[in-house]
Amino acid sequence: MTQDRIRNFSIIAHIDHGKSTLADRILELTHAVSSRDMREQVLDTMELERERGITIKAQAVRVDWKGHQLNLIDTPGHVDFTYEVSRSLQACEGALLVVDAAQGTQAQTLANAYLAIENNLEIVPVVNKIDLPQADPDAAAAELADLIGDEPGRVLRISAKTGAGVEEVLDAMVERVPPPAGDPEAPARAVIFDSSYDQYRGVVAFVRVVDGHFSTREPLRAMALGTRFEAEELGFFSPTRRASGRLEAGEVGYVITGLKDVSRLRVGDTLTSETRPAAAPVPGYKDVKPMVFAGLFPTESDDYPELRDALEKLKLNDAALFYEPETSQALGFGFRCGFLGLLHMEIVRERLEREFDLDLLVTAPNVAYRVKPPNEDWREVHTPSDMPDEIEEVEEPYIKASIIVPKEHVGAVMELNNDRRGRFDHLEYLSEERVHLTYELPLAEIVLDYYDQLKSRTRGYASFDYDVIGFRPGKLVRVDVLVAGETVDALSLIIHRDSAYDRGRALVERLREEIPRQHFDVAIQAAIGARVIARETVKARRKDVLAKCYGGDITRKRKLLERQKAGKKRMKQVGMVEVPQEAFLAVLNLDAEKK
Amino acid sequence: MTRHLYLHLPFCAHRCGYCDFVTVVGRSGQHAAYVDALLTELSLERKLLAPQLETVFLGGGTPTFTEPRALERLLSTLPGADEVTVEANPETVTRELACTLRRLGVNRVSLGVQSFRPHLLEVLERVAQPDTVRRAYYHLRDAGFDNISFDLIYGIPGQSPADLAADLGDALELAPEHLSCYELEAKPGTRFTHAHGPELARQAEAMESYFELVVEALTGNGYRWYETANFCREGDRDLRSRHNLAYWLGRDYLGLGIGAVSTIEGNRWRNTPRLPAYIAELAAGRRPARELEPLPVDVQKREQVMLGLRLDEPLHVEGLGEVLDASALERLDRLGLVDRKGRTLTLTPRGRMLGGGVTADLLA
Repeated sequence: MTQDRIRNFSIIAHIDHGKSTLADRILELTHAVSSRDMREQVLDTMELERERGITIKAQAVRVDWKGHQLNLIDTPGHVDFTYEVSRSLQACEGALLVVDAAQGTQAQTLANAYLAIENNLEIVPVVNKIDLPQADPDAAAAELADLIGDEPGRVLRISAKTGAGVEEVLDAMVERVPPPAGDPEAPARAVIFDSSYDQYRGVVAFVRVVDGHFSTREPLRAMALGTRFEAEELGFFSPTRRASGRLEAGEVGYVITGLKDVSRLRVGDTLTSETRPAAAPVPGYKDVKPMVFAGLFPTESDDYPELRDALEKLKLNDAALFYEPETSQALGFGFRCGFLGLLHMEIVRERLEREFDLDLLVTAPNVAYRVKPPNEDWREVHTPSDMPDEIEEVEEPYIKASIIVPKEHVGAVMELNNDRRGRFDHLEYLSEERVHLTYELPLAEIVLDYYDQLKSRTRGYASFDYDVIGFRPGKLVRVDVLVAGETVDALSLIIHRDSAYDRGRALVERLREEIPRQHFDVAIQAAIGARVIARETVKARRKDVLAKCYGGDITRKRKLLERQKAGKKRMKQVGMVEVPQEAFLAVLNLDAEKK
Repeated sequence: MTRHLYLHLPFCAHRCGYCDFVTVVGRSGQHAAYVDALLTELSLERKLLAPQLETVFLGGGTPTFTEPRALERLLSTLPGADEVTVEANPETVTRELACTLRRLGVNRVSLGVQSFRPHLLEVLERVAQPDTVRRAYYHLRDAGFDNISFDLIYGIPGQSPADLAADLGDALELAPEHLSCYELEAKPGTRFTHAHGPELARQAEAMESYFELVVEALTGNGYRWYETANFCREGDRDLRSRHNLAYWLGRDYLGLGIGAVSTIEGNRWRNTPRLPAYIAELAAGRRPARELEPLPVDVQKREQVMLGLRLDEPLHVEGLGEVLDASALERLDRLGLVDRKGRTLTLTPRGRMLGGGVTADLLA
């Protein structure tokens, strides 16, 4: 297909504003999926995505519409996945910006819309759910037009649920979105915007061909890593894999690489032909650097090799995931993993548990630190327990936070940022209603519940994004937790000296609630070095018996005991103390508790 | 061969709110038919039983609520045994009944006292008053019973530690040979739990000190704490319940009647709890519907540990190694909760207070 008949686009929408439903309607309308096969939310293949109603992994589906080839590239909707969104957007020339007619523009929609504008995409504004009784399509359309600098009359009004207006959406894609503008005669270049792993066929790369064309059996090279392989199969999704033998400039599709080692192909890399290689890779992709870390440990230590394999496979699907082996005295062998944010961490955890059937324990997250012990060089620390006792200097990562918020919530946002050691940078009015604020904040202050707090204090209207701006010195200390006299490395945390006492106090109080009573008194202490700053005691149980047990009760009592046993097995043995998994997450909820 | 026989007599005048046994209220017209059915089931299973039984236990329900002629017919037809126990509610024990039981070979009576406090008896929906209990006790003594057991319940909504101490004092004053003390187990979703929700939660917290109170009061007054919830008077005679010991030592037992459980040669079965179906099947000479549970060897061993550790006597661990967690054993030993001597294992007094959790720890 010649490029002038190709249109590549994404759908940007807030959670629940109808992205998946619209995608389903498009597939139906273009006969990519017969109604019989129609299953709600065809694009969201992962069980987890369907359940949470969010889209995590980008996918690309090709449909035909009035003699044109439309490639719909799905995007994730959460701030944690900005990088995935940007990868997807770079494979497109246009984006459908979908807003709920009743709820209007929402926080995350903004961030992604600006991302699309930055990428020079043609934005096609759409107001969805016009069939709802509480819908106010005029207001939503006006706001949307104002936001992207378009005419309200050009905002499409649809109901993805009933199908009303969806044809017009497809027509608008053809009319408004420019065709790809690569050079079909130039040496072949395709950018990898996502990938997955096929158990039988190895790494499958999702690509957007920029210049030239690719054919099956052609020897290929990934330009950044230098990995060479033969394209075993080329094709596109419609919506399942369909081999086509060839991908042309401007087209979106997949390449089955046959590579069994997932680390040999990176998302963001450029593919080219070995026989006529391109001179330079496609610019624009950045290597994401995770700044949020947490320990992942298998509940059953025997599962360590399975966890390693699973992480290796996930990494292929998830360019932002980082991991390295970690050993904890309390939790055994596991991995220190780096994530984009908390939701990202949560999703990785759930995918590991569901898709790989692993039982995991995830420690409280922290950021990367740079420390300089006396008479030693600077080094980076990813785990609080690795923080040396003697520190000459320590630095933590700072971010520049960009927050867009309706003007009536500015005060609340400023208060939150001040609480979080933020330094005011800049304020400007984007319109009469919307204010853009920038702050410099320690990354550590946002990794726990900042985003939730921001949302709840602004009734969900704040849009938030950030960039890491480098390391800065901080007055930081390591607070250790001792359970029955033993330091639980997995519970150590690094915090600002001024809040150490309060956090230590809150943490031991929280742990006292989380750790069940044992056969003996258990002391829980928080300490900075050798100085104990807080202490609580979990009093010993005095009675734990199954009251009566005669001939008719034995089976039932045995089952009760087995259940009690299973409960104990889910706990981690720290010295003589059984600590439930939840206790290791106690640090997570400290701030939420205080509010 | 099985030497222990249990018979279930489900009839009661009233179903107490907290009760979770298989019981049937009233139906006096069916008592005779039920006893017929019991005797038919006994004859069907007779070959499982040894010629000479060690123990027979009539439990309920309220066995002594059974229509007197039917009960007499049952007792006079049963095979004899060294220990024959009947459970009784105080209000059913008349001078005549006591003498009848004695005459028909019963040598042990387990009296459902529960409490001596009128306000607690009312909460439990018991018919008997404290004096009814004392009267029943003396009728039994007068009839010649020298082995009487009391059931007491603690953790009753509205109960204070002083109430419990007074209950124990009243029981000790009568000096029964045996005492069973249970914490009230209120099943979620029952009428009783619904009516007493918050108070039950308060009692659950108080229960820890109640258990200690019970053990201290009874062991301090010459009783042996021979099983988690059971106590017997110390002295020349071994006054432990031989029938119940059979359960705790993992012996085979045959249970007859609705809802009754049997465990014989690695198989466990439970009779249907439905009275009409039970009577109908046996009237036709057929075995009642049964729920079957085969017990694999490792399950048998687990039960042996679970039950054996309830006793004050050492558990012989030979052959039980595979179901025990060696590192847990080590840990519990260091905490002073278990006592290892040679090839035996005993829980220390504090270990027995924590018996459930300790056993869960110990099982591999």
